[in-house]
Amino acid sequence: MPKLNIVSAINLALDREMEKNERVVIIGEDVGREGGVFRVTDGLQGKYGPERVIDTPLSEGGIAGTALGLAVGGLIPVAEIQFEGFMYLALDQIANQMARYRSRSRGQYPINLVLRLPWGGGIRAPEHHSDSPEAVLANTPGITVVQPSNPYDAKGLMTAALRYGDPVIYCEPKRIYRAIKAEVPDEDYEVPIGKAAAVREGTDMTIVAWGAMVREALRAAEELAADGVSAEVIDLRTISPMDSDTIISSAKKTGRLLVTHEAPKTGGIGAEIAARVYEEAFTSLLAPVERVTGYDAVMPLFKLEDYYLPNAKKIIAGARKILNY
Amino acid sequence: MLFDRFDPLKGEKLEIMDKDGRVNEELRPDLSDERIKELYVRMSVMRLADRTALNLQREGRMGTYAPVYGQEASQASAAFLESGDWLVPSYRESGALLMRGVPLSGIYRYWMGDERGLIGIKDLRVLPVEVVVGSQPLHAVGVSWAMKLRGIKSIAAVYFGDGATSEGSFHEAMNFAGVFGTPTVFVCQNNQFAISVPRRVQTRSKSIAQKANAYGFKGIQIYGNDIMAVYAAMKEAMSDAREGRGPRLIEMLTYRFGPHTTADDPAKYRDASELEKNKPFDPLIRLRLYLSSLGMWSEEEEYEIMDAAKTEVEKAVAEAESAPKPSPSDIFHNTWKREHTYLKRQESELLALLQETDGGASHA
Ligand SMILES: Cc1ncc(C[n+]2csc(CCOP(=O)(O)OP(=O)(O)O)c2C)c(N)n1
Repeated sequence: MPKLNIVSAINLALDREMEKNERVVIIGEDVGREGGVFRVTDGLQGKYGPERVIDTPLSEGGIAGTALGLAVGGLIPVAEIQFEGFMYLALDQIANQMARYRSRSRGQYPINLVLRLPWGGGIRAPEHHSDSPEAVLANTPGITVVQPSNPYDAKGLMTAALRYGDPVIYCEPKRIYRAIKAEVPDEDYEVPIGKAAAVREGTDMTIVAWGAMVREALRAAEELAADGVSAEVIDLRTISPMDSDTIISSAKKTGRLLVTHEAPKTGGIGAEIAARVYEEAFTSLLAPVERVTGYDAVMPLFKLEDYYLPNAKKIIAGARKILNY
Repeated sequence: MLFDRFDPLKGEKLEIMDKDGRVNEELRPDLSDERIKELYVRMSVMRLADRTALNLQREGRMGTYAPVYGQEASQASAAFLESGDWLVPSYRESGALLMRGVPLSGIYRYWMGDERGLIGIKDLRVLPVEVVVGSQPLHAVGVSWAMKLRGIKSIAAVYFGDGATSEGSFHEAMNFAGVFGTPTVFVCQNNQFAISVPRRVQTRSKSIAQKANAYGFKGIQIYGNDIMAVYAAMKEAMSDAREGRGPRLIEMLTYRFGPHTTADDPAKYRDASELEKNKPFDPLIRLRLYLSSLGMWSEEEEYEIMDAAKTEVEKAVAEAESAPKPSPSDIFHNTWKREHTYLKRQESELLALLQETDGGASHA
């Protein structure tokens, strides 16, 4: 089995599905000859031609809005927006249009498309290249949001997204794009959308994370284990609609739950997870839910970004708080 | 009047000094040879400062940086603004900022990941670096609209690339400018690429300049590597805007000699031969030829110019690198005007953690 990183795993998923289904097309800025600024679509224009891997004018609203139209017209567009910060330029098309098309047409016009968005901080990039606005999307009914944390899930989630039947925003944790290599089967498989996964079993507490923060959570769990604390780590994988059951049964088992995300704290996904745990696992809790997150301030440029972002040390400090509660 | 004489719909382009330094006397603007020499010297500093930034990035001493190599004459247009005018830049405007008087050390510091590098730009009526492609033309229209509404005779010059003209906000800005007759000068540096995407993929129009027609004002296409054409077009556009004759769009035809940014490899999408074909159109070469024909430039003098430039650039690097690191508290004190009690608690938590451990500072 080949060992791939996240970039090549997504590329493989796109390649295999494009082979199988000629309706899949890729659009976006620099996705063609350049293969995308992160090389995720590298080689695909060479293989499938400029009619299926299409460089567009520089317009996120244009990309997202025409992707909707392409989907209505019978294609399955994979549209790339270069960085999460530029999602806002497409937000009318995402939130007012693709999210509502199924409902507005009472099911006549489902929008089967994937919007790919490199996500998150930690790469010493300029402004607008380091944010994590997933909560904006999770508060938009009709939008499905996924984010892989490893190459295997990256391929399986992309394959599932392409066949999902609703608009899927596929967030790509750019900080770990090339950080992890793992075995990725060439054969067809899907990682189900809407299912979280326990990536480490534990009994004393639960850490919920997604994307690049899974690696930090696993590091923290490793260090906590050295101190005799058994931490379970749940990789959310689908941010919306969220797999409450996996989180709640883990919270019931361990009695302590910590959520970590790069996005600001207020109104973040951590708050949603905490609310669900309080609703359904209140009596099992031994401590309040702890959130280790970015701050309610603008993401700073990179001289300060490592202070802003959560990391294993901050997670451990948060874990101590709930362990000693 | 140049904007009437050079019609972009007919494919007419303004050129005054050609690539060999020969001047079309009929069009020669009122730019003294001393001033031209001065501009040449500043453009040489700009080029060295730019190359230095690229090297700093490669050595890990700077973050991503967007070079202006090849666009020096277009960037020098910022030198022609009056002190009360506004400069509204994109991320590829280090040269324009330098011409406006923003200290090079501050520009470096900003691209070294420290927002505080650009403290002081307000005194120069320069807006912050805009990274979102195409958003800043709206700001420029707003600023210049305010000048008009307040009866102040200042204009705003906004800088953006050819790719930016595909964004909706560019068109909204052009439309507002036309409707309200704002004193805005739209400066499009058409360097032929938006990262890998060539200009022809952005628009089917023959020119970007002609888009002004659709919004009810005038546009002109000029050779942006020709400092005389840049000066003449800017002067007329600014005077038209200032005197209430409406906004203007200048499309400066130029060529990006370098990568899009330090994160980019142009070999992936651009033939080396294309670059070679454009090299003779270098904005500095023609100035050297022109000045040397007047006896105002020589090889020896070039050494002196470069020596002085080197001293200036090295000093700026040293200043930028010796500037104190921002403190983690800086994160918490710039987003909101009023005290934000919940954020204050977040700050205390981080500071307490930093006292105990290094809280992540080890890899900061
Ligand atoms: C809204 C938005 N989309 C995408 C990007 C990523 N990006 C940065 S520069 C650039 C190309 C811009 O081309 P152009 O406007 O021609 O200006 P140039 O960089 O060539 O000066 C792109 C796509 C961005 N910064 N902002």
